[in-house]
Amino acid sequence: MNLIAIWSIYKFEMHRFLRTLMQSFVSPVLSTSLYFVVFGAAIGSRIQEVEGVSYGAFIVPGLIMLSVMTQAVSNASFGIYLPKWTGTIFELLSAPVNFFEVVVGYVGAAATKSLFIGVLILVTSFFFVDYQIAHPVAMVAFLLMTCLSFSLFGFIIGIWAQNFEQIQLVPLLIITPLVFLGGSFYSISMLPPFWQTVTMFNPVVYLISGFRWSFFGEADVAIGTSLLAIGAFTAICLFLIWRIFKTGYRIRS
Amino acid sequence: MNSSAPPIVEVDQLAKRYAGGFEALKGVSLSIEEGEILALLGPNGAGKTTLISTLCGISEPSSGHARIGGHDVRTGYRRARQLVGLVPQEISLEPFERVIDTVRYTRGLFGMRQDATLLESILRKLTLWDKREARVNALSGGMKRRVMIAKALYHEPRVLFLDEPTAGVDVELRRDMWNVVAELKKDGVTIILTTHYIEEAEAIADRVAVINHGEILLVEEKDALMRRMGQKQLEIELTEPIAALPKALAGFDLEIADGGRRLTYTYEATGERTGITRLLSAVSEAGLGLRDIQTSQSSLEEIFVGLLAEDGS
Repeated sequence: MNLIAIWSIYKFEMHRFLRTLMQSFVSPVLSTSLYFVVFGAAIGSRIQEVEGVSYGAFIVPGLIMLSVMTQAVSNASFGIYLPKWTGTIFELLSAPVNFFEVVVGYVGAAATKSLFIGVLILVTSFFFVDYQIAHPVAMVAFLLMTCLSFSLFGFIIGIWAQNFEQIQLVPLLIITPLVFLGGSFYSISMLPPFWQTVTMFNPVVYLISGFRWSFFGEADVAIGTSLLAIGAFTAICLFLIWRIFKTGYRIRS
Repeated sequence: MNSSAPPIVEVDQLAKRYAGGFEALKGVSLSIEEGEILALLGPNGAGKTTLISTLCGISEPSSGHARIGGHDVRTGYRRARQLVGLVPQEISLEPFERVIDTVRYTRGLFGMRQDATLLESILRKLTLWDKREARVNALSGGMKRRVMIAKALYHEPRVLFLDEPTAGVDVELRRDMWNVVAELKKDGVTIILTTHYIEEAEAIADRVAVINHGEILLVEEKDALMRRMGQKQLEIELTEPIAALPKALAGFDLEIADGGRRLTYTYEATGERTGITRLLSAVSEAGLGLRDIQTSQSSLEEIFVGLLAEDGS
């Protein structure tokens, strides 16, 4: 195992994140604060409690998930796309590193960045709403698993993408709608039966539900199902990445 | 060079076919001895970069084998790549990174701990030390090229691939570059060089390989090649112009040039008898006065162009 190489990739990626600290931190914190103001304070005050939790607190897990997923995909996809775009990918291909080490370096950095942002939003939320976390260890575990699995997904997007537009389209056209329609701002039980069934095809529902359970002890789907869903998603991403490196898809001629 | 040691780079029937059917390499075989400088010459699209890319792991070969330091570039890629440094043709650098960070990064990828003394020495040799804190996008093209070279050297490779390292760079960098190459050779580093400046190859290479249409046309010691394929010319400048060759000179392969003021005699450089003594006696017998005499030899470039023309026909 080339541990120094993993650390070098990780450090190099984190360095870029720290270089753009304002953009990396301020933007998600500001937009989340706006969500709290609009949905929590303004609209939320007119909504009754959802599943025994104030509406402002109810949306916290969904908001964290929204930012974490979007940031994980963006950071990981940009991280590996940039060397492709600048041509510096030749360094990775000609260095004594294997695909696992490359993935650990890039995905580890992207997961760390999204974790920072998730934690930052969590801290920010305490300034707007009053709540307690029912299962803090499970909450941290869910957060870590989401950061990791969506960073893996982002890595695949970065390999697949052939221009910057494609990098931006996936979070915009796939992640954001799935998170919004996955119960970030409402409980699935509030939907008519037909739409409840449709919603169950949205994989993000299982992640948000499990994450919300760790906060309030209530969930739309069984916690085991949530764990299974996130495990399956991670496994699929790992398999695809393994295939990418095996075949050299869009990285090695 | 140690001729009894096994070659440090062994290429055996290496082929590369792209999806569209284009064959960039057609069963290339080549052995490179440790410590030598091999100039890989060929026109654009001949397969030079594909060969280097395949040896370095950037491109997958379709068939055949290649070993570096005895390690197969596919099955033993870690050990093979550990020995290799590459300066690619294109300048590829992360634009917003600092020079020192991007150079450090490469050594890290090779699993080696940082060595501040070595880093300073390399950056100084390439006159990058004063620019070490500068961002890459603030550098000129020539300075970026120096950064590429520093990155390739900092992990102390035993085999260095230089793919057109001096293309489009100024004289100063070219001079620094060849000073570095001379030092590396002294340290026993094997260097595989592609260049369009054939006079550079002529000046520094131990051996020359000519590649065209994905096939190696020739691999030979540079000096032997120049002796074997090079022709020499004797230029005789006359005091008075002549209209035609005197009878005494009729038996020689002579050309009259410069309005009859010069005679050009072409002969094989390797020939045991050049005929020069007889020619000069005959010139004297014909009563021609000599102003000056000089010889010239075909350059590597002329030999290279001749080889390609031969291959084309």
